[in-house]
Amino acid sequence: MTMKISRTNTAAALWCLMIIGFALVPVLMTSTYQLNLACHVLIWGLFAVAFNMLWGVTGMLSFGQALYYGLGAYFVGLMVEYLGRAWYLPAIGIGILAAALTAFLLGLIVIRVGGVYFTMLTLAFGQLAWQIMFKWYEFTGGDDGIQGIIPPGILANPIVYYYGLLVLVMISIWMLKRMAYSPFGLILRCVRQNPERVRFLGRRVRRNQLRVYIISSLFAALAGSLMAGVDNSIHTDMFFWTTSGEVILMSVLGGLNQFFGPFVGAAVIIMIEDIVGAWTEYWSLIIGTVILVMVIAFPKGLVGELHQLKLRLTQLRARRSQ
Amino acid sequence: MDFSFFITQTISGLTMATLLFLVASGLTLIFGVGNVFNFAHGSFYMIGAYFGYQLVAVWEINFWLALVLAGIGAGLVGMLAEALFLRRIYGRPNEGGFQILLTYCFILIIDDVVKLVWGTEYKSLPRPHGFTGAVNFGDIFLPAYNLLIIGVGVVVVVAAWWILARTRPGKIARAAAVDREMVDTLGVNVPLTMTLVFGIATGLGGMTGALAAPLRTVTPGAGIEVIIDSLIVVVLGGMGNFWGAWLGAILIGEVNAFAVAFLPKWASLFSFLVMVIVLIFKPEGLFAPRQVRKV
Repeated sequence: MTMKISRTNTAAALWCLMIIGFALVPVLMTSTYQLNLACHVLIWGLFAVAFNMLWGVTGMLSFGQALYYGLGAYFVGLMVEYLGRAWYLPAIGIGILAAALTAFLLGLIVIRVGGVYFTMLTLAFGQLAWQIMFKWYEFTGGDDGIQGIIPPGILANPIVYYYGLLVLVMISIWMLKRMAYSPFGLILRCVRQNPERVRFLGRRVRRNQLRVYIISSLFAALAGSLMAGVDNSIHTDMFFWTTSGEVILMSVLGGLNQFFGPFVGAAVIIMIEDIVGAWTEYWSLIIGTVILVMVIAFPKGLVGELHQLKLRLTQLRARRSQ
Repeated sequence: MDFSFFITQTISGLTMATLLFLVASGLTLIFGVGNVFNFAHGSFYMIGAYFGYQLVAVWEINFWLALVLAGIGAGLVGMLAEALFLRRIYGRPNEGGFQILLTYCFILIIDDVVKLVWGTEYKSLPRPHGFTGAVNFGDIFLPAYNLLIIGVGVVVVVAAWWILARTRPGKIARAAAVDREMVDTLGVNVPLTMTLVFGIATGLGGMTGALAAPLRTVTPGAGIEVIIDSLIVVVLGGMGNFWGAWLGAILIGEVNAFAVAFLPKWASLFSFLVMVIVLIFKPEGLFAPRQVRKV
C-alpha cells in the first residue's frame, strides 16, 4: 500500500510550489523583460480568476470587466499625474473603493436585466466608459494615455515592486479561493445552476449576484492599478471591449469550472503572445486557432481536462487492483 | 438650422442607417433563427470589403458584379465557419458563452488572415462609374453614391420582406426561430437551414462591406468597429427582431448624423447611451411588445 496524500496536502504543496516559483523569478531572470512578463502573468491571472468568480462560479457572463480594470489603472495614473508620486499607494486604495462603489451602482442596474441582456448591458457600460476616457482628451490624455507613471520611493525598483505585487496578488487569490469554497461560494454555484431553488432555500439570488459582481470588480480594479506601475503607463485600450474579451478567453482556455483554470489560461495566453510575438506579428491568428481547437475539442479547459485525465487514471488503477 | 442643412444631415444619417441595417439584419437573423450570437459578423463585413477591393481595384471587374461576388464570397466563408465549427457547440451547457468565444476566435483569425493577404495599409475603392458626383435639388447638393446606398437598402428591405413573408424558405426560417424541434419533426433539415441562414446573413454583411468601401477606408480593424455599432442596432430593435433592427438602424443613423453636426466631440457617446437606456428600460427591444419578464 502506498502512502496516502490527502487532497489538502497536495493543494498546499501546489500553492507553495507556485509561490516559490514566482518568488524565484527575480533571482533566475536574465533581464527586466522577463520580470515584466512575470508581472503580466500575475496581474492577468488575478484579473481572470476574479472574472471567473462571476462567470464560471455564478454564471454571469460580463463583457464589461475592463471598465473596472481600467478604472483601477486610471485612478493610479491620473492621481500620480496630477497630485504627485506620493499618491501612488493611496490611489490604489481609492481606485478600488471607487470601483466597488461603481460596481454597486451599476450592479443594481445590470443584474436586474439578467441573461444575455446582462452581457450586452455590461458591454454597453464598458464601451461608454471607454468613449469617455477616449474623448476627454484634456484630462485623460485620450488615445495617448499617460506615460511615466513611476511608483514612489523604493517601489520604483522593479524587483521590490515585483515582490509587493506578488504578495498582493497571492493574498487576493487566496481570499478569492476561500470565498469560492465558503458557504457564500456554494450559494453562488447554486445561483448558476438553479436560481429558482436558491429562492426556495430562502436565499436572495440578486443580492448574492450583486455581492459577487462587486467583489469581482474590486479585484479587477486592483489588477488594473497594479498594471499601471508595471507598464509605467495607462492607455484607453484598458477600457476597450477587447480587454474584457481577453479575460474571457483566458478563463475558457484554462477551464471555467476550475478555480485555478483562469490563472493558468492567463499564463498560457501571455506566454503564447510573448513567444509567438517574438517571431511573427500574427499572434492573434495563433491564439485564435488554439482557442478554437480548445473550444471544439477540450471544452473543459486545460486544467479541467488535466483533472479529467487524473480521474480516469485513478479509475483505471482502481479497476486494475481489483 | 436651415432647410438644406437639415436635408443633408438627414440623408447622411439615412446612408449610415442603411449600411448599419444591412449588417445588423444579418446579425439579428442569425440570432432570431438559430439563437446564435455571431460576434464575428463585423469580420464578414470586412471580408466583403476586401473581396470588393480585390475584385474592383485589382482585377478591375465591374462594380455591380463585384458587389454580388463579394457577398457570395463572404457568405461561403460564413457557411464554412458555421458548418465546420459553430455547429459542433450547439446544445452544449453554457452554449452562449462558447458561442461568443468561438466567434471571437473567428475575429482574431479573420483579422490576421486579412492582414496576411492584403497587408495592414489602408485600401480604398473608387465610387462606381456614374455615381461619383452630386445630385442637386435646387440649392441642395446630395452625393449620388449616398442616394444609391439608400436605394440598395430599400431594395434589400423589400426583398427580405418578400422572402421572409411569402416564400417557403422564409417561412421555414421563421418557423425555426419559433420552434426548432417542431420544424425538425416536420422533416425539414434544420442544420442545413441554419447553415443557409448563416450564409445569407454573412453574405449580406459581406456585400455591405463592399458597398460601404468607397465611403469608408478598408482596414483590418473595420470588423471590430462595425460589430459594436450593429450590436447596438440589434439590441435597440430587440434581439432577433428583423423589422426592429430596421427602425433601430434609422434611429442610430439619424442620432449620429445630428450629434456629429451639433456635438462633434461627444457624438460617438450617444449610440452607447441609447443602448444603455434601452437595455435598462426595455431590454426586449424598443419596438417589441412588452413581455412578461422571467427571472
